[in-house]
Order: sequence, then structure tokens, then C-alpha cells
Amino acid sequence: MITIENVSQSYDAEVVVDRVSASIGPGLTSIIGPNGAGKSTLLGLIARLQPLQSGRVTVGGLDVTTTASKQLARTLAILRQENQVSLRLRVRELVTFGRFPHTGGHPTAHDRELVEAALERLDLASLADRYLDQLSGGQRQRAFIAMVLAQDTDYVLLDEPLNNLDMKHSVAMMQLMRTLVDEDGKTVVVVMHDINFASSYSDSLLALKRGALVAHGGPEEIMDTEVLESVYDMRIPIHEVDGKRLGLYFGSPQAARQA
Amino acid sequence: MSSTVAAPAAASPAAAGSARPGRGALALGLGAAAVVLLALVSLFVGVADIDPARLLAGDPAAWELVWISRLPRTLAAVLAGAAVAVAGLIMQQLSRNKFVDPGMVGTTESATLGILVVTVLVPAAPMLAKMGVATLFALAGTALFLALINRLPTRDTLLVPLVGIMLGGVVAAATTFFAYRFDLLQTLNAWMIGDLSGILRGRYELLWIVAAACVLGYVAADRFTVAGLGEDFTTNLGMNYKATVRLGMFIVAVISAVSVTTVGALPFLGLVVPNLVSLLVGDHLRRAVPLTVLIGSGLVLACDILGRLIRQPYEVPIGMIMSVVGAAIFLVLLGARRRGRTTARTSPPARATAGGEHA
Ligand SMILES: Nc1ncnc2c1ncn2[C@@H]1O[C@H](COP(=O)(O)OP(=O)(O)OP(=O)(O)O)[C@@H](O)[C@H]1O
Ligand SMILES: [Mg+2]
Repeated sequence: MITIENVSQSYDAEVVVDRVSASIGPGLTSIIGPNGAGKSTLLGLIARLQPLQSGRVTVGGLDVTTTASKQLARTLAILRQENQVSLRLRVRELVTFGRFPHTGGHPTAHDRELVEAALERLDLASLADRYLDQLSGGQRQRAFIAMVLAQDTDYVLLDEPLNNLDMKHSVAMMQLMRTLVDEDGKTVVVVMHDINFASSYSDSLLALKRGALVAHGGPEEIMDTEVLESVYDMRIPIHEVDGKRLGLYFGSPQAARQA
Repeated sequence: MSSTVAAPAAASPAAAGSARPGRGALALGLGAAAVVLLALVSLFVGVADIDPARLLAGDPAAWELVWISRLPRTLAAVLAGAAVAVAGLIMQQLSRNKFVDPGMVGTTESATLGILVVTVLVPAAPMLAKMGVATLFALAGTALFLALINRLPTRDTLLVPLVGIMLGGVVAAATTFFAYRFDLLQTLNAWMIGDLSGILRGRYELLWIVAAACVLGYVAADRFTVAGLGEDFTTNLGMNYKATVRLGMFIVAVISAVSVTTVGALPFLGLVVPNLVSLLVGDHLRRAVPLTVLIGSGLVLACDILGRLIRQPYEVPIGMIMSVVGAAIFLVLLGARRRGRTTARTSPPARATAGGEHA
């Protein structure tokens, strides 16, 4: 369980996270909301990447401000939205660093097994000996996620994990998230833009708008034209297909011509 | 049909995995052999000839020359070469930029300013104390550089070294002005242009400090590699980013200060060697540091030997040779880096078909 109590964050005078309180987990939780809503900032605060200005966050009972960073690294792992890595590291070397919180620089046979398993899970076995700068954007994204998985923490936070992924790998990624939750019992938090992906796979959705929490509930509650309008300021018709509620957010070219 | 396609694809990563570490070991072995060879040559090249036969016969005069002059000079080249290259490697990791060299972005310049200041204020201070002051100045210069680039709006590949070069230029100008006022331009020159000809027994031993700094750099290699991934990655892995950067700055400052005061500046060394090593074995410092040590010392030995041979019986200072050789290597590397990227993208399919044909 992740508990967020009255967390706020501001840059200069601009409030970007505004008195957010929520309990997240167990299961798969998606954070949704428009650009600049504060999703990445909130995720960074949960993962102690930025110091908390006010409020309190605990992850698995550990207060992120007072717990030793190394202990937190064995409890939660995070991947940021943007990862500019210019190092010439091989994919396997990068993923092995995921074991760093557990064994420092001396991976054991067990660590190597976990690394290979993570590579396998992200379909990277054939790319493991490539340098990161020789990968495509989506392959690199998968390499970073493999590193986070190799960290083998109870809590996994991913900021837009579908960035750069094609349809097949996007689906595989969401199914992987489900496996992490259902089989490994992990708590997974992802920031997502595609509400249909989010609602199809998540146990709950958490919507932010201008830093404030505007909705938090199961897919059936959030996938509602009124609720989504309060988040995105646009009308999204909801259609039920095969028992799933899908939001058709594409608009129409006619509407553009009329406007 | 599909099974024959799948077979080489499954086999190729294993083959690549076993081939690559072999390449690293080969580079290390070749490097070590080259350094030993160059060191031997360095012992015997000079104005006064030393005949190996006379050494073997136990000629005391020949041995005297080796102990007092040739061996110290050779050791100085090895130690300074290795350390300055390692300092460059660590600095590039901390600034996350491959075009940064402590010799150009304010570290070495600040060390020079420090040694000048202490020479003016406390001329009688022991050398070790002077180096301590130089190290403090180098630390301040490095910290200033890293603080400046953290404030840049973008981590542009070219902007980062440019800011460093400007900072280095300002510090160097202040140093020159200071030296001019106190009539120390001559002394300043000795530090600005690396020179090994004055190295004798008793004048290089402090360089063992930089050897210790290199060992420290190797011990902390994993930390610096993680730091090179960026602050968020480092924090996520449970490490203290700021502490790692401080440790790296300390190593870079000590190496720069001690080497500039004993042998003078070795231009381009900290830039060229890490870039070459990066091309050969990548940026995982556990593997990059040993190779950097070998190539750094080998390059300085080679340049020093060259400097002694070019206009015999006179010597060309190592600093000048390094400038020319370093700049040339750098230009070649720039080309290789670009080619490396394009061939790397296209080579794996080619390898897969080759494997298929063999099967
Ligand atoms: N370092 C910073 N300095 C000043 N403002 C910042 C900084 N980082 C973020 N912001 C601002 O905080 C707000 C929230 O940013 P955040 O990255 O959390 O948004 P987001 O919801 O993740 O958006 P996106 O969907 O575009 O990724 C934005 O308005 C952004 O401009
Ligand atoms: Mg974001």
C-alpha cells in the first residue's frame, strides 16, 4: 500500500501538486490526466526523487522521507518519463545495475538469473549484448523497464511505460503489468495517456487535473463521459464493446472543419 | 524454413556474448604488453646512451643514470599518463558528456592558480602543502563547472564543454595576470606545458598519490557508472548522487593538482583516451578504467619517447607533442564514432544471415 497524505509541491509560485491524499494499491493503478497535471511530479515525490515540500508519503509502511534510500531501493523502483542516457552500456549491463541495491557491484548467480529473466520478459534476449545507443526508442524503453524489473521490488512505478512502444509491445507491456500484479503480487503504478489501455488493464484509476486529485476509482466509475469531462475538459463518448467501456476520444475531421 | 531462421537467431547472442569479453581481455593484454615495451624503450632512450649490456655487466655509472633519471622519468610518464586519463574518464561520467576534459574545463587551470597563489603567499611551504592548496582550488573549479552546467537550460552536447572552456579560459586569464604581476610567468609556463625532462629521483614521488586516486576510482567504478546514468537512476538504485559526485570531484581534483605540479599539463589526454576506450569496451567503468590506465600511460610514454627522438640532442616537451598527437587522435575518433554508430545498426542482420549460411 502507498499512502499519500496531503502532498503539495510548487515551483516558484506555481502549485503543481495540490493537497493530494490517496491510498494506492494493491493491484495495478493508472494515473491519468492532461499534460502538466502533475502526474510525473507526484510519481517522483512518491519515489523520493524530489524531496517532499509538504505532506507525507509511505510505501509499504516506509516513510519515504526518513527511510534510508538503499532500503527504499529494495522496496520500490521507478522509471521516469524521460531518460536521456548517453552512456555506451550494453543492455545486459544496464539491467544488471537493477540488482545494485541488493548486491552492490557483485552480482551472484541468483542475480544473473533474475537479469536474464527480466531480459526474457521484455523480449530483449537477442539484443542483450547491444549498446543502448544502438537501439530504437522502443527497444531502449524496454531495456529501462527490464532494469526496473530486475530490481525485483514490491512496488513498481512507471511513468508512461508505453512511450515509443508499438501496438504489439504495448499490449505485451500491459499484460506484463498484470502478471506482475496477479502472479508476483506486486503493486504497480503507471502514468498513462491512453484511457482505454488504462481502464482495460487497471484495478483503479487516479485522475489529476492542475495538480489536484479529481477522481479516483475503478474503471467502471472513471470511464464515464461526465467524469472524463471533468478531467480533460472534452466530451468523450463511452461505448461498450465486448463488455469493456471504451472512450472514443478521436473527435472527427468534420468537427475540425466546422470549427 | 522457419526453424532454420530461428536457429541462428538464438545462437547469435550466445556467440556475441562470448566474443565480446574476449575482445576486452585482448585489448587489456595488448595494452599491458605495449606499456611494458614502451617503458623499456623509455629507460634506454636519451642524450646519454645506456647500453643494456653495460647494465647487465653491472656498470655502476649506467645503473646510477637509470636510478636517478630514467626510471623516475619513466614512472612519472606511466603514473601521470594513467591518472590524467582516468580523471578525464570520471569527469566525463560526472558531467555526462564525452567532450569534457578536466584539462580544459577549469580543473587544471584552477589547480595552477592555486599553486601560484601559495607560491606567492607562502613560498617556503613544503611541496605537499602546495599540492594540497592546488587540490582545493581544483575542487572549487570543478564544483563551479558542475554547478554551472546543472543550471544550463539544456544538456546540449556542445554547450557543456563550451561553458567549461569559457570557465577554464577565465581562470587561466586570472592566473596569467597574477603571474605577470608577481613576475612568475616563467614558472607558470613550466606548469602550462607538460615537461618530463626535469624529472629526477626525489621530484616525482608525490605522483604515487595519483596512483592511489586511480585505485579509488576503480573501487568506486560501479558508482560512477550509475551516476553517469543520471541523478534519478542513481537515487532509484538507492545511492546518494551528490556524495558520488563529490567523491568523483575529489579524485579528479587530486589527480589534476598533483600531475600539473609535477609534470605540467598534458593536453587532450583526458579527452582522447576515454573516448577511445569508450569505442573499444563501452562506458562500464569496471572495464573502462583498467584499459584507460593502460592506454593513458602508453600514450604518454610514446609521446615522451617521440619528444626525445625528434630533434636530438634537444628535447621537445611532452606537452607540445601531446597537443599535436592528441588533437590528431581526437579528429580520427570523431570520424570513428560516427561510423561506429551506423555500422552497429546494420551489422546484426548481416551476422544472422552469415550464421544461416553456415548452418
Ligand atoms: N523543474 C520544474 N520547474 C518548474 N516547473 C516545473 C518543473 N517540473 C515540472 N514543472 C511544471 O509542473 C507541472 C506538472 O508537471 P508534470 O511533469 O508533473 O506533468 P505531467 O502531468 O507529468 O505532464 P505530461 O503528461 O506532459 O507528462 C507542469 O506545469 C510543469 O510545467
Ligand atoms: Mg509526465
